Amino acid sequence: MSNDTTHTPPPAAAPAVAQPSSLRMVFTMAGLGLFCGILIVLTFQLTLPTIKMNKARALEKAIFEVVPAASTKTTFKLAGNRLEPLAGEDETAIKYYAGYDEDGRLVGIALEAAGQGFQDIVSILYGYSPECKCVIGMTVLASKETPGLGTKIETDPDFVANFEALSAELTADGKRIAHPITLVKPGEKSNAWEIEAITGATISSRAIADILEKSTAERVPVIERNLDVLEGGER
Amino acid sequence: MPERTPPSNMEEFVKGLWRDNPVFVMLLGMCPVLAVTNSVINALAMGAASTFVLVMSSTLVSILRKWIPKQVRIASFILIIATFVTVVEYLIQAISLDIHKALGAFISLIVVNCMILGRAEAFASRNSVGRSMLDALGVGIGFTFACTCLGFVREVLGSGTVAGVQVLPSSFEPWTIMILPGGAFFVLGGWLLLFNWLRERRRNKVGLV
Repeated sequence: MSNDTTHTPPPAAAPAVAQPSSLRMVFTMAGLGLFCGILIVLTFQLTLPTIKMNKARALEKAIFEVVPAASTKTTFKLAGNRLEPLAGEDETAIKYYAGYDEDGRLVGIALEAAGQGFQDIVSILYGYSPECKCVIGMTVLASKETPGLGTKIETDPDFVANFEALSAELTADGKRIAHPITLVKPGEKSNAWEIEAITGATISSRAIADILEKSTAERVPVIERNLDVLEGGER
Repeated sequence: MPERTPPSNMEEFVKGLWRDNPVFVMLLGMCPVLAVTNSVINALAMGAASTFVLVMSSTLVSILRKWIPKQVRIASFILIIATFVTVVEYLIQAISLDIHKALGAFISLIVVNCMILGRAEAFASRNSVGRSMLDALGVGIGFTFACTCLGFVREVLGSGTVAGVQVLPSSFEPWTIMILPGGAFFVLGGWLLLFNWLRERRRNKVGLV
């Protein structure tokens, strides 16, 4: 690579050169835009299968993380008022991942939920156990929270411990959550349905509490109504 | 550029590592440097992603330098950089979702890293493809090195670990300030002090001999 013109401007930029026409500038930008667009689409298409596989694997792992006792799972979707097993792929369906232990007993249902965090949408997966009528695990699937601060919603052991037995019991008529999940200050948890916030990451903690409050209010009644379907789901 | 004689290709590569280090000397690209260097892994991933974008965009800018009219060059450079940032975002998702999760919003923010636009404007748009690649690679590695220096100190003091492995006894109370941007300023200041002192010392020595 011997280039003697290094460190001198290219000849095109010589002072005598006339102003290039607007048309030429427009064409340059348009051509460049087209090229860049093609490059992005190409990368997207090439990486899509791998990304999908990564996401599916991460979801699978997360399901067994939030329903720890499960050894197999069956996916259900909501059709009208009832749940039914989901065959094949359906990206738009609201899914209920039922987990079963080795004897085929229903041990918990993993549910996806999402809501506004500090930066962007936070999406989580949590496990609900019909036995204790509580949330038994929570993991963050995707978030853009501040590294080292908001990301504590995944890593802070005290915060994660909130979701080991977080009450989401229904009222007697089975329509509402008796005590909606609420956020309290660190060290002030006194009821089974309260989440202790993380110092320095209050907004992210609140986001998780809000997501869970909304999602349980919507999904737990469906689960309780459809327990017979879910319990027989493995066959 | 202050040089009188054109530097060799090797010098073009090495200068970004030390003499013109983007973080410790030019103080460019401070946003990701301060934001994501709270652990060694994050710093390395950020450095690698930025290096990839830097090398690819410098190469393309250098290839196209004769065709891009001067009046629309900045817009064109930004377009090229943004494209490679999008590409790198997909690649990171394909390689590891965990790293993608850890870097979060800062991958997209590589677009506004002035180090990359700076190299495109100050170097790649005026030099041959080969030299531009070497320059970008050198600056990129220098950037990664600097980020890792910061990440190392911040992770040890802020979490008591190095690359996720516990190195300090569990009785050590982590300094939360270190994983916050504020801590990054202190650590950056400390490193700048050290490197400038080293530089000064070497200059004095050379002067004496």
